[in-house]
Amino acid sequence: MLEAFLSSMLSMATPILLAALGELLVEESGIVNIGIEGAMLSGAFFALAGAYFSGSLLLGLACGIAAGVVINAIFAALVVNLAVNQVVSGTALSILSLGITGVFYRRMFGVTGKAFMVRSVPRIPLGPLAKIPLLGPVLFDHNALVYLTFALVPILAYLISRTRYGLRLRAAGERPAAADALGLNVYRIRWQALIAAGALTGLAGAYLTLAYANTFVENISAGRGFVALSVVILGRWNAWGLCAASLLFGAAMALQFGLQALGTMVPYQLFLALPYALTLVVLASFGGQAAAPSALGEPYHRT
Amino acid sequence: MLPSVAKPAAALALAALSISIILLALGASPIGVFAALGEGAFGSWYAFTDTIVKATPLVFTGLAISLAFSGALWNIGADGQLVIGAIAAGAIGPWLGDWPHPVAIAVVLSAGAVGGAIWGGLAGWLRARRDVNEVISTIMLNFVAAQMLSWVVHGPLMEPSRSYPASSPIAASAELGFYFAPSRLNLGMLIAVILAAACYVVLFHTSAGFELRAMGRNRRAATFFRIRIERLTIVVMALSGALAGLGGAVQVSAITHRLFEKLSPGWGYEAIAVALVAHLNPLGIIAAALFFGALDNGSQAMQRSQNVSPVLVQVIQGMVILFLLAFDTPLWSGMRKTMLGDSVMTDPIAAAELPDA
Repeated sequence: MLEAFLSSMLSMATPILLAALGELLVEESGIVNIGIEGAMLSGAFFALAGAYFSGSLLLGLACGIAAGVVINAIFAALVVNLAVNQVVSGTALSILSLGITGVFYRRMFGVTGKAFMVRSVPRIPLGPLAKIPLLGPVLFDHNALVYLTFALVPILAYLISRTRYGLRLRAAGERPAAADALGLNVYRIRWQALIAAGALTGLAGAYLTLAYANTFVENISAGRGFVALSVVILGRWNAWGLCAASLLFGAAMALQFGLQALGTMVPYQLFLALPYALTLVVLASFGGQAAAPSALGEPYHRT
Repeated sequence: MLPSVAKPAAALALAALSISIILLALGASPIGVFAALGEGAFGSWYAFTDTIVKATPLVFTGLAISLAFSGALWNIGADGQLVIGAIAAGAIGPWLGDWPHPVAIAVVLSAGAVGGAIWGGLAGWLRARRDVNEVISTIMLNFVAAQMLSWVVHGPLMEPSRSYPASSPIAASAELGFYFAPSRLNLGMLIAVILAAACYVVLFHTSAGFELRAMGRNRRAATFFRIRIERLTIVVMALSGALAGLGGAVQVSAITHRLFEKLSPGWGYEAIAVALVAHLNPLGIIAAALFFGALDNGSQAMQRSQNVSPVLVQVIQGMVILFLLAFDTPLWSGMRKTMLGDSVMTDPIAAAELPDA
């Protein structure tokens, strides 16, 4: 019981954490992208379509990544080069993705899409580690995407705080004008962050269809992109914090399914609303913007 | 600089072109699809009136968005505010059986406005007093509202005799009836139009409206002119929420008469497009809402005759917004000049206080 819950918590947290790590890069560079939902949804659909038609899971994953990159490239052209409003662009891309995936899905597979199934990304038990009681099945018996996601946490934490690249990234997000004056190309830095995030978010979408549901339903991302956005804030723009916040959301989702199965008196909606309410309470208690990059959300144009 | 009509027209033309390409890729005829769309939206009295009915919630949420955006408050929470308004209306509605018709309607609609005002005001308070970005707080509040709606229709407000989760119907006295039968046309749109006119007057012909627009241009400059930013933020977000909440109450009172889980198909998000197309002008909101209402309504007819899924309407919306954005790059920064006026910008004291624009 506990074992199943913890394991499910980890697999629920994975797509959220993947997308949130991408958003962390983007926000460190000074951009807020609320279109994650769109990139994730496109990634989910095109990953499944790719895997279905090619018969190869790897090609499917590549298609998912490509879809996320394309969505974020459109976003980058709008907000980096044309300096248009980031909030409105992100919303538009989410609406567009919902439409495009829906239209193509129905066209290819009809309204029910029953035949649209693929085999799942295989689980890889990590040898003797998976045999450890409790810890083994919870931590060491997942698919490669789960391992990759959690491995990215220390890598990105190091990249952002300890490397020259991370310094440039943060400079673009804190003081774009100063970074520009020092000879850094703010436009290029922001483009790079958005493309990397597109890949991670597309992969997060691919996880939903190829590793979790094995099929596609309209709006399969179901708000996970917005959850990723709040995970970045709840995690205080720190990769380790993001990891903890994702696990919290994963736990709430896993718990909700458990409660529905058990048929308890506690309304399951409470657990679904809890992470969002908690984000609000945490923000209200500790002050919202203190830890955020100072140029977050402001378009930068060279004068 | 192109004249003001040319840019949106070019954006719409390019959006239509891109959509045509997508349609051809799908093997559908663009001309047939667009004709079916127009026919479904305006082809008959029933189609025409239903377009107005579908546009009504978009006028309310569009006004909510434009009011907040005018003050550079990025309210993404009109959907949640609408839902809370609907819950308030749907909760109080069944209890008003003995009340006179006008009073019962006034009570139901006020409940919606108050519910929405609380939800919007909460985000305003978080922004003003706790420094919480309203984009994030309103998104979070959208999800909390959606779960709250799900809970009440499965739990406390569920009609006992039903197997499908929905609330008990509101009293007949609280129903905003169909006054132009056989259509579903009701007084909701009239209320919306009156509110749009009121918003226009407040925004462009009162000092409060000027203060709001000044805050939208430049918060620091507004502070310099002794505008009470914190109070204004809370009041505007509450008013914005009240408009959206009223929209939810009108929907319950006029159309659905009860609550169910997927009450809003995303009106609060669509309203961002509506407000943007209208350049945040309250009177323009009516026209923009009719445009998007026609898309919603026409897409259903289109599906029947052209075998294209109704979700195509979201592709159209998304394309329209993206091209409008791309063509309108000076909109957000350029508004700063036109609205505060050159006198303020060239005032040496004020200019010294202005941060880099």
